[in-house]
Amino acid sequence: MSKRVVITGLGVVSPNGMNVPDFLHSIKNGISGIKYVPLFEELKFNCQVCGMPEFEWEQLRNYITETSLYGLKGKGIAFGIKAALDAWMDAGNSIVSDETLYETGCVFGSSVADTDVIKNAINRVDAKESKKLGSRVVEQIMNSGVTAYISGRLGLGNKIISNSSACATGTQAILMGYEYIKYGMAKRMVVGSSEYVDSYVFGAFDSMRVLSRKFNDQPEKASRPMSISAGGFVPGSGAGALILEDLDFALARGAKIYGEILGGSNNSGGQRSGGTMTAPAAAGVVRCITDAIAQANIKADDIDLISGHLTATIADKQEIQNWSDALGRRGEDFPMVNSLKSMIGHCLSAAGSIEMVAAVLQLEHQFVHPNINIEDPNPEIIDLITANNLPTNMVNKDINVLAKANFGFGDVNTCLIISKYK
Amino acid sequence: MDRNAILNELKKVLTPYTENKELLNGITEETDLIKDLKINSANLVDIIIDAESAYNIEIDFDSAEKMYLVGNCIDVILDKMNQSA
Repeated sequence: MSKRVVITGLGVVSPNGMNVPDFLHSIKNGISGIKYVPLFEELKFNCQVCGMPEFEWEQLRNYITETSLYGLKGKGIAFGIKAALDAWMDAGNSIVSDETLYETGCVFGSSVADTDVIKNAINRVDAKESKKLGSRVVEQIMNSGVTAYISGRLGLGNKIISNSSACATGTQAILMGYEYIKYGMAKRMVVGSSEYVDSYVFGAFDSMRVLSRKFNDQPEKASRPMSISAGGFVPGSGAGALILEDLDFALARGAKIYGEILGGSNNSGGQRSGGTMTAPAAAGVVRCITDAIAQANIKADDIDLISGHLTATIADKQEIQNWSDALGRRGEDFPMVNSLKSMIGHCLSAAGSIEMVAAVLQLEHQFVHPNINIEDPNPEIIDLITANNLPTNMVNKDINVLAKANFGFGDVNTCLIISKYK
Repeated sequence: MDRNAILNELKKVLTPYTENKELLNGITEETDLIKDLKINSANLVDIIIDAESAYNIEIDFDSAEKMYLVGNCIDVILDKMNQSA
């Protein structure tokens, strides 16, 4: 028998907010976290802006032990620790437990291990100084570094999994955690993802000519999903985390319940029929969304809000077309749609989890966050779903069901359906 | 440098790896790094790296294996300092 799965905790490290209350304020008010980076100009990048959380190591002081903090250099790991532990505490738990929590696991994703830490290892080894690397490098360059830190700090004893699925990583982590609880394998899961885009990862994307380059002098305007002047995405960094629980487990401990995950789907277009390494096959995306709707046991008409992937590339138009085809809805009948990337950029593997935190907050507080930088919407998108469904200011609205999707390199798709808990 | 001076210097090297700093106040040559100071055994290599840099010495594998009591650490450090002098 399958279990109901509810969301009981949220944590976020975002370019426009280092905690949930600040993040909520920013997304309600359309506050951008995109800034100009002088180093990127020096490095001759085409894109010289990014979304970077205002992180300082001191912020981790009360999160991990002093000996653990000493020697921690990986920022992606640091973002993940902060978001996950904030979510854990938001769910009403204390960090320190003497016992191993065998009923609780963790699925936390990332796309690359910290390249700053790897660079240090490369430099040392090449200088024939590998002896000086010490004991703390391996744990930070292994892809499971972030889950190892989180689960170790919290004493988690169920499945501990580090997933990686490019831009679909975050939503995939949430879906995996949901499924483990749904099928009775765990009572509670810490799920999410983190990303630290340093110059090396950034440079590789820049070379692909997929990044925004025309708004370096107006950073807050640079991320423009669904705009006719969108010219590529703006990389962002950060982390998002959620605590998922078996409904009965949550009720038994009197937990605050933000909402329920009704279902989801994770698939691939197989890099066939238009799908490639970098572009999703439309048929795969449509199938992912319709499968998620079927899994959630809702109707397409029940969806009140779409939190899209919508990165600000030429793919935005196709994504809206895919949603329209999957839902069988268009024009005024299409639900409202928004892209958090307009404010924080595309946080790659962290995108799905940060956007999911935003989705849960919109459900909890019954609003639709604005799409900023869409004063010149793509007319083909408007033709399909009308301008009314692309709010540019916050809209107070009854939201019962929300669909969240992300699509990643490798033609991987994830869609989640969440609702208010009733 | 006498043993007491090295012990005091060593205390600084051990500080970042000792979670409960109060334990460092009472260290003697008999203090066990892992059992008494609760230092994570993986961090012994970091302590060796830091000691090498603090005293400008090189500590080989065989010597490193002896460094589990504070007194052993002082023995090895003194020995290496004398070698390089």
